[in-house]
Amino acid sequence: MNTVSSQDAAIAATGGASKEYLTFMLGEEQYGLAIIQVKEIRGYEPVTKIANAPDFIKGVINLRGDIVPIIDLRVKFNVSEATYNEFTIVIMLNVQDRIVGIVVDSVSDVINVSEDEIHPPPEFGVAFDSRYLDGLASVDDGLVILVNIERLITSREIGIFDSMNQQNEGSV
Amino acid sequence: MNQFHTVFFEESQEHLQTMEELLLNISTDDPDAEELNSIFRAAHSIKGGSGIFGFDALTGLTHVMETILDKARNHELDLTTDIVDVLLATTDTLGDILQAYQDESEINWQQIEEGKAALESVLSAEGDESTNAELPPAADTTEDDDSFGFFDDAPGQPEVEVAAEDDDGFGFFGDAPGQPQQASDTEGGEGEEDDGFGFFDDAPGQPNAEATAAETEHDDNDGSFGFFTEPKPAQPIKDEDAYGFFEQEKSSVTSATKPPAKAAKSPAKPPAKAATKNDAGSIRVETTKIDTVVNLVGEMVITQSILSMIGEDVEGNTGEKLSGAIDELSRNIREIQEAVMSMRMIPVSFVFNRFPRLVRDLAKTLDKKIDLIIEGGETEVDKSMIEKLADPLTHLVRNSLDHGIEPLEKRLAAGKPETGTVVLKAEQRGGNILISIQDDGGGLNRDKILDKALSNGLDVDPKMPDEEVWQLIFAPGFSTADAVTDVSGRGVGMDVVRKNIEAIQGGIDIVSTAGQGSTFTIKLPLTLAIIDGMCVSVGSETYIIPLLNIIESLQPKPEQIKTLANDTMLWSRDQYWPLISLREQMQIDEPGKPIEHSIIVLVEIGKKRYGIIVDQLLGKQQVVIKSLERHYKKVDGISGATIMGDGKVAMIIDVDNLMKNEQINQVGLA
Repeated sequence: MNTVSSQDAAIAATGGASKEYLTFMLGEEQYGLAIIQVKEIRGYEPVTKIANAPDFIKGVINLRGDIVPIIDLRVKFNVSEATYNEFTIVIMLNVQDRIVGIVVDSVSDVINVSEDEIHPPPEFGVAFDSRYLDGLASVDDGLVILVNIERLITSREIGIFDSMNQQNEGSV
Repeated sequence: MNQFHTVFFEESQEHLQTMEELLLNISTDDPDAEELNSIFRAAHSIKGGSGIFGFDALTGLTHVMETILDKARNHELDLTTDIVDVLLATTDTLGDILQAYQDESEINWQQIEEGKAALESVLSAEGDESTNAELPPAADTTEDDDSFGFFDDAPGQPEVEVAAEDDDGFGFFGDAPGQPQQASDTEGGEGEEDDGFGFFDDAPGQPNAEATAAETEHDDNDGSFGFFTEPKPAQPIKDEDAYGFFEQEKSSVTSATKPPAKAAKSPAKPPAKAATKNDAGSIRVETTKIDTVVNLVGEMVITQSILSMIGEDVEGNTGEKLSGAIDELSRNIREIQEAVMSMRMIPVSFVFNRFPRLVRDLAKTLDKKIDLIIEGGETEVDKSMIEKLADPLTHLVRNSLDHGIEPLEKRLAAGKPETGTVVLKAEQRGGNILISIQDDGGGLNRDKILDKALSNGLDVDPKMPDEEVWQLIFAPGFSTADAVTDVSGRGVGMDVVRKNIEAIQGGIDIVSTAGQGSTFTIKLPLTLAIIDGMCVSVGSETYIIPLLNIIESLQPKPEQIKTLANDTMLWSRDQYWPLISLREQMQIDEPGKPIEHSIIVLVEIGKKRYGIIVDQLLGKQQVVIKSLERHYKKVDGISGATIMGDGKVAMIIDVDNLMKNEQINQVGLA
């Protein structure tokens, strides 16, 4: 229930004036994602592997009784060496009523970005395809690339929402 | 107030269902008086409740309905199939109105007026001579029902009337074992409601029954609530008695406005569809509450296995004591678990009950004569499955009627009885629930299916065995019906049916003999939440194989292993078992042991039998099935995941899917 309402809020917030973003590092770049979708941030813990999954899907973990997949964005976008130690960070996201964890290099800050501060995303120099980006925002220490994390996670490229979509198509 | 509305809606739904069932079964030539009474009471209950809550649309319609029913039970009106049809149509209308009230949407007054007109035309056709005079008192009370007119003998006390109605609404007088009644063959829920109602209905005319009922009912409630402090005055006879009696009721209603009302309501109120009709009393609980308990028990099972693991590390005297206590705890948890799971189980009659009506209507549309036989309606199935069964079952039944049972002329030509038979059966077999839909129609047409498959571009072999041909009908866009009808033939159905069934971890099998009919059998797991599993390890990973599927686990001797082309097989139990390596299937990189040092788990599902090669057996354990699809997606060969004692996730093997059919056939022939 909470997740649904927070998504509604997220949708509402996109039209609003100002939004809070959680910034994180992926390779050399600083990225931001809508904090409203963040469930929690936790350390990396050993996962259970899933057969026939792409290498960026590390496996699943037990998040207080929920079986939650962990996606390593570093592997997916080939941005930095994927090491796993006690400092490795997992951001747990609420995406369309599901929980998905993403592995990033580090989490830095929470920033407030108003709509008019967002510039159109660059066509190059970013690991992500521009359709997954909300835009660019400048903060004190440089640029933050704002990621539309929901669009990214639900994309076919990541492929974990596919089966659900296919199912829907099938039954129509 | 809203909570009363909810109760009213729920009960009215049940009343409607009772009415529908009874109407379907009623014989028009010689209607059973008790059945008519039950229908009447159901209609009256709805009327009473709707009157109180101001749902006027319902009141008007049920009133006319009541009049007809009353005439029928007083033999002033002969029931005909047409009248039953009208009455059935009225129950539908009532259902719609009820829904509209529930959704707080617009009431379709036109529909109501039409319904009323239809009912009234029945009445006027039968003439409207006065009936009041000769009526026995009991019926009299209900006949001229201007307001509710229940208690003619107590005209000075309108509030008594309301009290009685109200009670009925709350289902206070549920269990009256003193009055066995015919409706008992339907469902406990409605039956008992009716009973309570009948109690009042019969009161003036039948002092004895009333006394028993009053007493019983007193006993029932007294134990828990002690509402009725003066049960005895209820026993004297006739008018005064009736009066004292109602006084008593009034007192109960007054209390009903206070918090205990909720509790008081409970004992008399059976859970929605409990099939048993005992007097133990029952309460209506929201399913979400039960689900919460189920989940919590699941967590408890996990915590308990964590405890057991820790317990193993404790040494000495304390360790012994601890392990004793943990054993005790696990026994208790197991029992709690069973108890909780049984709460979720409801009889399949819940979904079966819709079919008599469906078959009746459909047979009419199709101009076929069809008998529906329902067996094993009391078989209990997990509630979540019941809900998901309704659609596929409806589809299959419709198919049987439309495609299965042949048209009349064809049946006669084939020397079959004119009336086709469809048997809907549920049974529990081992750890599975089997639900079958069997018809004595023409059976599936092998050639037609093959032709259709070919023209659909499916990969088929004319020599393939029957079972595989039948499975073709589950392909999307597959229909061999010559004409697309309202009923079926668009070919959108069967693939959805299979998908729905698979979604609740079931399977569907078809047996069909040309000229003799087909049987569709749905096989479902007993419960979706917890299974007994064998934990096996491959490398550092742990997997669970459902114990249900395991025939035997063994360490193979070298001479048992045979290699044929590229396939390895095991000779055991007088047959060759195709083998599959879990290490390869699950893509585990760590190198494995030679097969002689591994363990082979022989499994069976449906007609499939094969062996799974694993490194080690870790032991049996009850595991709570967690959905992998909830946050991820379906994984081939995996039916779900569970959380182990150490908090780690382990995958549960989907024995049906791990080894594909073709792999088995390949070696199975050898």
